[in-house]
Amino acid sequence: MTSTALRSRAWKILEMVTTPLLPSDYLDLVSPLRSGADLRGRIEAVHRETDDAATVVIRPGKGWRGHVAGQYVRIGIDVDGVRLWRAYSVTSPTSRADGRFTITVKAIPDGKVSNHLVRRAKPGTVIQLDQATGEFVLPAAKPAKVLYLTAGSGITPAMGMLRDARLTDVVMVHSAPRKEDVIFRNDLHDLVADKALTLKELHTDADGMLDVTKLHELVPDWAERETWACGPAGLLDAAEAHWAGHGIADKLHTERFRPTVVVAGEGGEVTFGKTGKTVEADGATPLLNVGEEAGVLMPSGCRMGICFGCVTPLRSGAVRDLRTGEITQAEDSPTAHVLVQTCVSAAAGPCELER
Amino acid sequence: MTAIDPTAHLTDEQIEELGRELDAIRDEVIASRGEKDAAYIRKVISAQRKLELTSRGILLFSFFPPAWIIGTAGLSVAKIMDNMEIGHNILHGQWDWMRDPKIHSTTWEWDHVSPAEQWKHSHNELHHTYTNVIGKDNDLGYGIMRVDEDQKWHPMHLGQPVWNFINACFFEYGIAAYDLELGKNLHKRRRNRPEFRARAAAVGRKIRKQVLKDYVIHPLLSGPSFLTTLAATFTANLIRNLWSHSVIMCGHFPEGVQTFERRSIKGETRGQWYLRQMMGSANISGSKAMHFMTGNLSHQIEHHLFPDLPSNRYAEVSVKVKALFEKYELAYVTGPLPKQVFSAWHKVFRLSLPNKKPKVKKTSSRDKELVAA
Repeated sequence: MTSTALRSRAWKILEMVTTPLLPSDYLDLVSPLRSGADLRGRIEAVHRETDDAATVVIRPGKGWRGHVAGQYVRIGIDVDGVRLWRAYSVTSPTSRADGRFTITVKAIPDGKVSNHLVRRAKPGTVIQLDQATGEFVLPAAKPAKVLYLTAGSGITPAMGMLRDARLTDVVMVHSAPRKEDVIFRNDLHDLVADKALTLKELHTDADGMLDVTKLHELVPDWAERETWACGPAGLLDAAEAHWAGHGIADKLHTERFRPTVVVAGEGGEVTFGKTGKTVEADGATPLLNVGEEAGVLMPSGCRMGICFGCVTPLRSGAVRDLRTGEITQAEDSPTAHVLVQTCVSAAAGPCELER
Repeated sequence: MTAIDPTAHLTDEQIEELGRELDAIRDEVIASRGEKDAAYIRKVISAQRKLELTSRGILLFSFFPPAWIIGTAGLSVAKIMDNMEIGHNILHGQWDWMRDPKIHSTTWEWDHVSPAEQWKHSHNELHHTYTNVIGKDNDLGYGIMRVDEDQKWHPMHLGQPVWNFINACFFEYGIAAYDLELGKNLHKRRRNRPEFRARAAAVGRKIRKQVLKDYVIHPLLSGPSFLTTLAATFTANLIRNLWSHSVIMCGHFPEGVQTFERRSIKGETRGQWYLRQMMGSANISGSKAMHFMTGNLSHQIEHHLFPDLPSNRYAEVSVKVKALFEKYELAYVTGPLPKQVFSAWHKVFRLSLPNKKPKVKKTSSRDKELVAA
C-alpha cells in the first residue's frame, strides 16, 4: 500500500472516531494554521501608514502558495461577529524572508472591513484567506519602461510591484488629496533617493485632479511605457479612453476595486431554496449582499464580476446584470440550471437561488 | 381554543399591539447582536469539544472505576451540550447571521441519530409553525401519546406511561422515527416511496456511524477497558436521552399549557401567532447552569416567540416578555424542573384513561392551575 493510501485510510478511521464532527474540527482548536487546514492567517501586526490607512502583517497558514507582485488576496474577517470578505492588494515583496505578507488598507467611509482593519484589528486575530489571485501583474519578461498611474489606495498593487523588482526605468504618477494622505510616502521618496523611481506626486486638494489627456506634460514618453493604472473609476475610465484614442490600449493594464454599476431596475422577492429564506430585494443590490444580509451562506469571490467564485444556480425568475443591464432568466426545466454571478446580479422580479 | 379561553379578555387591537411590542423586542436583540455573542457560541463549542475529547480520553482507562465515573459524567455533559445549547440552536439558524460556514444551520451535524436535515424539517417547519395545534403538531404526544383532553382516546393510550418511559430512554431513536413519520410512512402504500426510502437510508447511515463510534470504535480503542467503555458510552447516551426528554416534556406538556384546534389558526395574524406561542409553551425556572444545560429551552416561551434569536439572549428577553404577560394579564407558565416534570408525567398518566367530557375537564384543570398560581 502506498503511503498516501495508508494515510487516507488512517484519516477514514479517524473520521469514524470523531463523527459527526471531522478530525479537523478538533485540530482547528489547537492549530488553525496547520497544513491541510482551510487556508487561514494570523494578524501579527498593524502599522499605521496615514490617518486612515494601515498595513497589516499576516502570517499565512501552511497551505499558502505565495503571490505574484500586483496580485490581491481575499480575506474573511469577523467584524461585530459577522464574517465579511474583502479583497486587498498584497503590498509586500514576494521575496520576504519570514514568510509573512502584508496588505495595506485605506479606511473608506462606512467601510465595515476597512475601518475595522485600520482602527480595531488586533494582532493575534485569526482570519480566513484565499490564495492570492489577479492578472494585474508584471509580465515575466520585464518591460524596459514602466509607468504606474495611481490614485489614493490604488497605489497598493503598484507598491507591491515596486518593492518586488528593481526595474531600470520606472515612473509613477500618483494622486492623493494632500501630502499627508499619500500612503507609503516615505518609502516612495526613499526609492527616489535611490534613483529607482521617478515620482510625480499630485496633491489634488491644491493642484486639482489629474487631467489624463495632459499626461504628456508630466511624462513626455508615456505612450512608450507599459502602464499599470489603479484608482477610482473616473481615473481608469479616462485612462482607458486616452490610451484607446492613441491606439495603444494594449499597453494599458487596469485594476478596478469596485464594479461599475450602470443599470438598476425593479427588484423583487428573492428566495434562497436550501436555506428556506425569502427576502425582498431592490434592483440595485447584488444578490450576494442580499443573501449575506439574510444569513445565507453565499460563496463569494472578487465581488466585481471577474472571478466567478460566487456563481449560484438560478432556479426560477430573472436577474439583471448590474454592469450591462442584461436580463438572465431561469430555464423552465428543473434539471437545467442557469448559473449567475451573484456579486454583479440583482433581482429583476421574483427569483429563486439554490442556496 | 378550549371552553374557557384564557385570552378572551383581549381585543383584536390589543393582540396586534402585543405583536408589535414583541417585534420590537426581537428587533432590539437583532440590532445588538455582535462580537460578544459570536465569542459566546465559539467558546461553548470549543469547551464542548475539549470536554468530549478529555472524557473519551479518560474512558480509555475505564476499567478503573473513578475513571469510569468521571469519564461517563463528562461524556454525558458533552453530549447534552452538543444536542441542546449547540446543536438544537445552531440548527434553528440562531447563529446563521455570523456567516461562518462552520457554525451554520445548513452545514451543522450533531451527535444524534436523526440527521440534522430531517430534524430541521419536522422541528423547525412543523412543530414551530403549528405549535400545539391538535392534529398538526406531532410534538403533542409524538403520535404515541395523548397529552391533551381534546385528543381522541384509544385503548393503546392505556400503555402510554410505559411508551413514554421507553421513549425517554431511547429518545434520540424516538426522534429519528418521528422525523421519518414512521407511523404514517410504514403503511403499505407509502413505505416503498422513493422519497421515504431515501430518507430512511439517510437515517440508517447516521445510526450506523453513531453506533459504530460509541459502541465499537471507542470501546476497541480502550483495549482492556472494552466492556467498561461500552457501558460508559451507553450510560452517557441514556443520561443524555433522559435529560433531553425531560426538558422537552416540560416545554409543552405541563398543566396550564393551552392547545389549539385546527380551525383556530386559519387566517392567523402575526399577533395571534405570537399569542399562540405564548399560551402553548412553558418555562423551567432555575440557575444559570440549569438554563445552560437545557440549551436555554428552559426559556421555552421566549424560544417559541423568537426561535432564531441567539440562545444566550433569551434570559434578558424573558424579563421583557414576562412584563408583557403581566401587562396583558396572561398566565406565564413556569416552575422548577422537578415540578414541571412531575406535572407532565402526571398528565401522561391521567390522560392514559379516557375522559368523559373533554372540554369541561380540561377547563377545570386549567382553572385549578390558575388558582394555584
